[in-house]
Amino acid sequence: MTDLDTFRTETRAWLEANCPPEMRQPMRGEKDACWGGRRVEFQSPAQKAWLDIMAARGWTVPDWPSDYGGGGLSAAEAKVLKEEMAALGCRPPLTSFGISMLGPALLKFGTEDQKKHYLGQIARGEIRWCQGYSEPGAGSDLAGLQTKAEDAGDHYVVNGQKVWTSYADEADWIFCLVRTSTQSKHGGISFLLFDMESPGVSTKPILLISGNSPFCETFFDDVKVPKDQIVGEVNKGWDVAKYLLGHEREMISGMGLGGERKALGTALAEKGGSIDDPLLRAEIAAFDVDAFAFAAMSERFIDQLKAGEAHPAFPSAMKYAGTELNKRRHELIMATGGSDALDWDSARSGGGKAPRDWLRTKANSIEGGTSEIQLGIVAKHILRLPGA
Amino acid sequence: MMTLTDDQRMLHDSVAPFMAQEGAIKAQLRHWRDTGCKDGFGHGLWKQFAELGLTGILIPEAQGGAGLGQVEANLVLEEVGRNLTPSPFLTTAVAAVRALDGSAQAERWFPGIVAGDTVAALAIDEGRHHAPARIELAATRSGNGFSLSGIKQFVIHGASADVILIAARTAGSAGEEQGITLFAVERDAAGLSIDNLAMVDASKAARLTLDQVEVDADAVIGEVDGGWAPLSRALGAGRTGAAAELVGVAAGASAMTLDYLKQRQQFGRLIGEYQALQHRAAHLYGEIEIARAATLKAAQLLDAGDSHAPLMVSVAKSKAARVAALAVQEGVQMHGGIGMTDEHDIGLFMKREAVLGKLFGSATFHANEVALMANY
Repeated sequence: MTDLDTFRTETRAWLEANCPPEMRQPMRGEKDACWGGRRVEFQSPAQKAWLDIMAARGWTVPDWPSDYGGGGLSAAEAKVLKEEMAALGCRPPLTSFGISMLGPALLKFGTEDQKKHYLGQIARGEIRWCQGYSEPGAGSDLAGLQTKAEDAGDHYVVNGQKVWTSYADEADWIFCLVRTSTQSKHGGISFLLFDMESPGVSTKPILLISGNSPFCETFFDDVKVPKDQIVGEVNKGWDVAKYLLGHEREMISGMGLGGERKALGTALAEKGGSIDDPLLRAEIAAFDVDAFAFAAMSERFIDQLKAGEAHPAFPSAMKYAGTELNKRRHELIMATGGSDALDWDSARSGGGKAPRDWLRTKANSIEGGTSEIQLGIVAKHILRLPGA
Repeated sequence: MMTLTDDQRMLHDSVAPFMAQEGAIKAQLRHWRDTGCKDGFGHGLWKQFAELGLTGILIPEAQGGAGLGQVEANLVLEEVGRNLTPSPFLTTAVAAVRALDGSAQAERWFPGIVAGDTVAALAIDEGRHHAPARIELAATRSGNGFSLSGIKQFVIHGASADVILIAARTAGSAGEEQGITLFAVERDAAGLSIDNLAMVDASKAARLTLDQVEVDADAVIGEVDGGWAPLSRALGAGRTGAAAELVGVAAGASAMTLDYLKQRQQFGRLIGEYQALQHRAAHLYGEIEIARAATLKAAQLLDAGDSHAPLMVSVAKSKAARVAALAVQEGVQMHGGIGMTDEHDIGLFMKREAVLGKLFGSATFHANEVALMANY
């Protein structure tokens, strides 16, 4: 047996012994995820136990260095852990923007003190983060952002407004892009971290077409931010922002994989009997070909990333493909569900799960940069097309 | 891991320049097409494949081959596709070798394949659509062996092959996998007539008519009535290999098109500056990467003997055919008028995709296979 085989055997045995049965049930949606944070409300003792035991092992972030709360696993070991968790149906112990977005940026751009302080909190699920990027006047043209941070000696004073801040009303801290100079568009942006309980921060949920409010408007009114809470150098925040966006796009592209590992056609047939309409069956089969192929791409991309072989702009191609695929998945779920899928809030429909999930997916190809922005990035940075 | 090993990278790095030079469109495809070659490929190049160890890539080392797997064969096939290199590599060195592997017939044919002297063909389809379980060509017991009668079509290199692996029915009825037997039949067998047809891409595929073709019992590959097993091995390798070649066709057409977008000027600008074309090119780029990943995954599962391999093989063939079709259609469209001329190479990619897309099952055939394997 190779070391990796031994690791696999031991990991499987450990997961079997330590993952509570409730945490091996398929997730029914975003609400079943554990987001951690100061105000965390665990759904069950099992959810808390699962987070605690995984965090103690560093396996909420298995491939981060153990000095920063990670598991210190190699890329190959982290992949084995992921495969074994999937094989046993283990839920992720912790889902957070700290893990998927801020953490990688801190690992690359943070000071040693920042890494020690923030990464451990993220790994243990103690602080829930939100992302302050988009503004009313800076959507696709993100670098046009106007939220100001003025130098006031030992701290910055932040004023302005962010929008589409996911779960800002439930988050403890924010990683935020601010303008520290008007001399240069991209070269006048800095990357700040601050507590959402700071005086002057307020949030207002936005009601979306799905009837839910996962996004907020976030307002800053003379918010004081200590200077050691800047990541990277002053006016060089765009580099941090772009790097983090790559990780955000990678995370969002995961939506292309869907929650279940089986074919969509299998899942639909199991729920509602056979798919009688031959034209619909054909569309679903074509979708499943694309979905299985995308899953292979996703696996390959992670392997390439860990091996340092991935193009830095490749997350844009992944984000585009994954989100368009997820939108198609929900179009097909709606089509297969017929008029049952229109039911908006009855108990029978799970509170209108089908149409609300379907409507939610329409944001996938907008959030984290629209599909059109991603295609533009691929055209410019990978294909090197002129004038892009 | 879905990254290449050092050995695989070395293989790629030696095959890519070889195919780009020796296997180039002008040197091979156009040359043989324009000189009216009856084979549609050059035996000299097939010999060069042998000298590089490629013809025996899947043949075990004990039998003189390289003993490598589908992943390695696919690295070669992607370069074959990129350069539209005509050769018996896919059908002989990949599909037929997998059918023969482990059988008594392997002893007979592997040395010639390793040496680049032998060409093998596969005779599966009987109608215009791929439907291997529906084989009807009859093989009845006759003396010490069998007598074969019926028709076959889309037999790639059928008229150039030294041996043709013919799937026939010895029991059961059309639609049943049980009762199929695979025979190795020599090209000059009495009662076998071969109609050599030029395909749209200038490759050659034959229609076979078998009228009481007598073969010995030892012509059977594997078990009588159990031909589905070697046939499935051949199809698994052939479909995955065709997917890899299609990825190469897509990549070749796309590279040619991107070059054109960076050269051609209209309205005083390079046409590659227009967002309408940029976004289509970027979409195609992602699709090609996805098709390549699906094909790599299928090859890895085949090499590992994984039970999910058949599903992923169908995913790969279906996806690669769709993506290559998109690549060649976008390629011709973005080239505009020049893309419609025989002088320009982009149209050759469109023709090659048309053949490879249908070989061993089309995109829709394999999407249906995926649905059937997924129980819906």
